[in-house]
Amino acid sequence: MNLTLKIWRQKDAKSPGKMVTYPISNIEGHMSFLEMMDILNDELIEKGEEPVAFDHDCREGICGMCSMYINGEAHGPDRKVTTCQLHMRMFKDGETIHIEPFRANSFPVLKDLMVDRSAFDRIQQAGGYISVNTSGNTQDANSLPIPKADADLAMDAATCIGCGACVATCKNSSAMLFVSAKVSQYALLPQGQVEANDRVLNMVNQMDIEGFGNCTNTGACEVECPKGISLDNIARMNRELMKAKV
Amino acid sequence: MSTLDSKVPEGPLKDKWTTYKDKIDLVNPANKRKIDVIVIGTGLAGGSASATLAEQGYNVKAFCYQDSPRRAHSIAAQGGINAAKNYQGDGDSNYRLFYDTVKGGDYRSREANVYRLAEVSGNIIDQCVAQGVPFARDYGGLLDNRSFGGVLVSRTFYAKGQTGQQLLLGAYSAMNRQIARGKIEMYNRHEMLDIVKIDGKARGIIARNLITGELERHSAHAVVIASGGYGNVYFLSTNAMGSNVTAAWKTHKKGAYFANPCFTQIHPTCIPRSGDYQSKLTLMSESLRNDGRIWVPKNMDDVMAIREGKKKPTDLSEDERDYYLERRYPAFGNLVPRDVASRAAKERCDAGYGVNKTGEAVYLDFKSAIERYGKEQAKIHNEENASAQRIYDLGKDIVEAKYGNLFQMYEKIVDENPYKTPMMIYPATHYTMGGLWVDYNLMTTVEGCYAIGEANFSDHGANRLGASALMQGLADGYFVLPYTIGDYLSNDIRTGKIPTDTDEFNEAENSVKTTLEKLINTGGTKAVDYFHKKLGVIMWNKVGMSRNATGLKEAIAEIQELRADFWKNVRVPGGVNEVNRELEKAGRVADFLELGELFAQDALTREESCGGHFREESVEIDGEQQGEAKRDDENFTFVSAWEYKGTPSEAQLHKEELKYENIELKQRSYK
Repeated sequence: MNLTLKIWRQKDAKSPGKMVTYPISNIEGHMSFLEMMDILNDELIEKGEEPVAFDHDCREGICGMCSMYINGEAHGPDRKVTTCQLHMRMFKDGETIHIEPFRANSFPVLKDLMVDRSAFDRIQQAGGYISVNTSGNTQDANSLPIPKADADLAMDAATCIGCGACVATCKNSSAMLFVSAKVSQYALLPQGQVEANDRVLNMVNQMDIEGFGNCTNTGACEVECPKGISLDNIARMNRELMKAKV
Repeated sequence: MSTLDSKVPEGPLKDKWTTYKDKIDLVNPANKRKIDVIVIGTGLAGGSASATLAEQGYNVKAFCYQDSPRRAHSIAAQGGINAAKNYQGDGDSNYRLFYDTVKGGDYRSREANVYRLAEVSGNIIDQCVAQGVPFARDYGGLLDNRSFGGVLVSRTFYAKGQTGQQLLLGAYSAMNRQIARGKIEMYNRHEMLDIVKIDGKARGIIARNLITGELERHSAHAVVIASGGYGNVYFLSTNAMGSNVTAAWKTHKKGAYFANPCFTQIHPTCIPRSGDYQSKLTLMSESLRNDGRIWVPKNMDDVMAIREGKKKPTDLSEDERDYYLERRYPAFGNLVPRDVASRAAKERCDAGYGVNKTGEAVYLDFKSAIERYGKEQAKIHNEENASAQRIYDLGKDIVEAKYGNLFQMYEKIVDENPYKTPMMIYPATHYTMGGLWVDYNLMTTVEGCYAIGEANFSDHGANRLGASALMQGLADGYFVLPYTIGDYLSNDIRTGKIPTDTDEFNEAENSVKTTLEKLINTGGTKAVDYFHKKLGVIMWNKVGMSRNATGLKEAIAEIQELRADFWKNVRVPGGVNEVNRELEKAGRVADFLELGELFAQDALTREESCGGHFREESVEIDGEQQGEAKRDDENFTFVSAWEYKGTPSEAQLHKEELKYENIELKQRSYK
């Protein structure tokens, strides 16, 4: 395949950026999207130009580090995959591909396609935990049976990889899907009950401080989420928030 | 030659850890506030250690190169975590877990460390459940288990195919609680580039801020290396792209002995490579071997027809297939340990039976399992005359419930439906058993410098069993290091803050600066990956799944040559004081180019086959075990600990003799 890439280039957080066009040839369908980017970068380096900076690490869809906005979609045209799991067979010969960073006021661009998602860490620090010491003096794991249905739902919520696709996709740059996934995981488990009220209040408060927008229930986040985190979690978080406030 | 002191406590195996804990010195809570600890890496080992040390009251500074501690590569572990809970009532015990781990490691690990690991394993599960880790449960609400290779009990706890993710998020949540309290200072997007020693003790690090490019000095009373393994020395591996040996290697160059570098695990079930552009390999969990059968065609004609696309694997009848693991190892079949399964795949592919274009792939087939489950389900549902299609559909549902996410991942990558056609798999580098040498306290040969998790060498010998890496990472971080480090730090309560404006820090920072500038100004023409890929090819071909003296000597010479070429011809665009991904990679590859040589040197010295290390010169000549690996206990029951002496080839070998008082050394037989 021969393709035309239009990529967001930005020297650093302070400089203005712009789209730059790069032609690329001999791309095979079996390549992953990031392997295509590797090839582009090697070509740029050999020409003495600066390679495109982008975040990536595990390249198997679980670390949540890769974050590209491809042809107007977070993680590109395929469903339930991260950018690193997107394969070139999803594109056609001769196509032009637009590649941008995850855009949101709360995710400032650091360089080219890299953004700062530390706001997510700060939301988790506000209450995304159960206050138990790691001393090893806890009770036996099986002394607390948990209905399978609850454990499975908690697991579904817990599979969030914190990539930020939900925020990048949302027209309001809302982080509700991300925050609600963590709130839900603990809300569904008996271990999480003791601090449930404080947790949801503190996490939502931090979410607002970080400047994420409100949820208007368009559901775009659920469509683009590489892990299929359900909108039900947002409903559950709203209930938890109501409970905590009254 | 100096002898290494493992500092294993006296007394019976079962009492060592308890007695040790009763006798060590403690630091009182008020004094803990005066003590700083640096932790490098935030995977299961580093994350759990940071959280626990901070809870105890120490001031922790944690560093990771990713943009968040939650992204460390422990997150990618799929299958599960072992613990001797005996919830299934199948006869499991601490001793049995200890025994399986030592045997699985081919008798090259340290008894006392492994026993301690088994002893604290149960606590890990209690701890994780208390933290809200959503392990899989059965309909009674209790925890579920599954079985892994090389053992005869069900002791593996799991959270779908994402156990590593859930355990890491548990440790991350414990860290977050301490970050919020101000007890952990978290340094994301930072990379340790040197360790600083003062009066022989580890007292700090030089780290590069990967956003601004600035070099920073950080001091502490102890430094913990939890930076993972060095599998990326092969370029292609199941490690993350950024996984590297730099922190461990810099520590080695400052005096920490590097132990058993040649013990590397090549995992049998990974998706085969498809071309030269490939950047990494993807693991398919070992749990698949519970139900998948591994085979290649019996006849060469069929192999050729399949490669040319004239035949499909599903066209071959049962007697045209060679289920070589079941044929060679009837007792364990498809569930032999990883090293055995990998070598058997290589043996078939080397003989020409590989089933893809590169000749490096075998089949992992779920047809029998789908049929078996389907028939069982039909029986449960009282469907006596179920059609073949109905049986397939019923069976497929069960397989999907068990392995759905892995099948989906396979289909996304390979573009083939593994329910309909067998998966293609081939071994790939996955884990490194070798690492920094540590004593019973997990301290390296540099005083005050500890190594935990995959970064150390101590628990897995020459081969790690499945679901034991997660266990070791969390055991070291939650339950072992927090005790052992306290014993050391009790001597530092009067030391006070370590200043960073000293000669030692100046010197370390200057040397890091010089190296970075050298990399930027080499003026070469080739990208870093060019050298990394070349190194990978040398390592895979000559220091890979099977090794011989001639090949190893060639590898050493070739790596030396490649290293010289790298320092002349690498091109790193951009500057030092900015985001520079190529510069980060260049520094890591420079270290791999040194480690690779020591790795080959170690493999050359160890003239026996054991675990993942297979020397072609050391095989059983005859008898039932003919052609299998031959261990040499008389001459090689020791840990190789290498001391840096200027260049990798001049490294000096120190031996820690391994004593087995509780286990009889036997040949591993899975026949």
